Amino acid sequence: MKLSHMNAHELKALLATKEVSCKEIMSSIFDEIDKREYDVAAYIHIRDKKELFTEAEKIDNRRLKADNIGILDGLPISIKDNICTKAIPTTCASKMLENFVPPYDATIIKKIRQADGIIIGKTNLDEFAMGSSTEHSAFKITKNPHNTDYVPGGTSGGACASVAANECIMAIGSDTGGSIRQPASFCGVTGLKPTYGRVSRFGLVAYGSSLDQIGTVTKNVKDTALLLQVIAGVDSLDATSVDESVPNYCDLLSLNGKLTVGIPKEFFAEGLDHEVENAVKNCISLLEKDGHNVIEISIPHTPYAVPAYYITACSEASSNLARYDGVKYGYRATDTKNLMDMYLKTRGSGFGAEVKRRIMLGTYTLSAGYYDAFYLKAAKVRTLIAQDFAKAFELCDIIISPVAPTAAYKIGEKADDPLAMYLGDIYSVIANLTGLPAISVPCGWTTSRLPIGVQLTTRALNEPLLLSAAYRLEQLLATVA
Amino acid sequence: MAISEKEVNYIAQLARLSLTDDETHTYLKQLNDILLYMAKLDELDTSKVEPTCHVLGLENVHREDEEFPSLSKEEALLNSPDKNDSFYKVPKIIE
Repeated sequence: MKLSHMNAHELKALLATKEVSCKEIMSSIFDEIDKREYDVAAYIHIRDKKELFTEAEKIDNRRLKADNIGILDGLPISIKDNICTKAIPTTCASKMLENFVPPYDATIIKKIRQADGIIIGKTNLDEFAMGSSTEHSAFKITKNPHNTDYVPGGTSGGACASVAANECIMAIGSDTGGSIRQPASFCGVTGLKPTYGRVSRFGLVAYGSSLDQIGTVTKNVKDTALLLQVIAGVDSLDATSVDESVPNYCDLLSLNGKLTVGIPKEFFAEGLDHEVENAVKNCISLLEKDGHNVIEISIPHTPYAVPAYYITACSEASSNLARYDGVKYGYRATDTKNLMDMYLKTRGSGFGAEVKRRIMLGTYTLSAGYYDAFYLKAAKVRTLIAQDFAKAFELCDIIISPVAPTAAYKIGEKADDPLAMYLGDIYSVIANLTGLPAISVPCGWTTSRLPIGVQLTTRALNEPLLLSAAYRLEQLLATVA
Repeated sequence: MAISEKEVNYIAQLARLSLTDDETHTYLKQLNDILLYMAKLDELDTSKVEPTCHVLGLENVHREDEEFPSLSKEEALLNSPDKNDSFYKVPKIIE
């Protein structure tokens, strides 16, 4: 098997016995990039090859000298291009930040470097992480590595495609309404959105601050535990991060005892594709055969999740994106008459259509007289949805559901209908509205050979249970595959 | 609660976005469609519900008012589209 096709744990074992070197892994990754990147277009920026090989060699030399190496062992990791990397461009896939080079690292980037991960490059996304398909990037459209006529999902489409196409070993993405889990499902990789506050967001370019969370994209659940281990933890630079100790996720992967698994009846309703439904139901029967107790639960406020989500996300986006004024950094329009004209033209021509649409919506919903009717109302609906989940978790440990109503769709299919695109987020936005941790695990294929993912959700900060349940399900799926 | 073209232009002005006529018309239709869909929340009586701010109920975080290292002037100005010595340069504000 090619090194680039292996997962992080397989490579760590080979590195530990010195059967392979980081340089060989890097070289295998570049073979894959040379072969696939032209078609897949996962990356906005790949770092200088020489620099990357020098970094890999340094870690190899330290290993030869029996120095302590961090747990990421020199593995190549891609970073979504809305996370600040010092001296490496960070564009958010926007003309607005086309030439932006951050003067600082995001906290998680520091942590990855400290753990000896090698940052290979920056992956494509929908502009400012707004969209569901990675078609809304100002620079390129990322393709689904399993069939390049199809979207990879979004907004972490580049991150998930980079892992699925073996153009890196693991990836970091961000998830505001499903932006890690939905593309992970579309690309057949494992995507985790941790509990809100579990991972520092310092250095993540803000979109919907009460929803945004950094998370992982990997080839399996065990690798998810490894990467989460590195990035989790409180940060004085992110006041919303949670001051709770970080468990040893890798050691807690085996499941103790049997679970009660809840199936929300509202999630298996109209609009759910048959193949997706069957794949998820297959997971449910596998868990049942494994001795877990499966029960039906109810999340009565499900139909209100998407509107509450878009009101919250767009309102917060309109506020967060006010900083792009053409003064301190980023793009500035030329040929302007005065300051106001400069603002209008800079923002009018610097942002793409979807971003402007959301700023417009958010400006409206926050404007005088409408705040109570929209933003405050949505914040109250979030409480109602959270209460639904609190009740459900009195009855079950894990909730199982689809990630998205369909598998990947064709490029261009939903590009002109924003509302249809928004409705595709029905199963994923709930974890952001409630802050709960949720993971997407590959669970099957459509007849046209596109991946399908299944979503597991659990109580806040209970990533160990979430990962061990996902790990068990992954094993059960492997035995029948 | 349909919004008019006049309102779309007003929102664009508030948001500091110059829009072409085409964009204005597209957004007029799309915003109305989306707002109609968002009105679904009106079905719910939330008069006795507390809003969610931080999902885990975290409150204000305080720290000592102490100096700590921050970006240098050069680093802070590095990405500015227009600057003059140690200042950001903007179009004339006072006529």
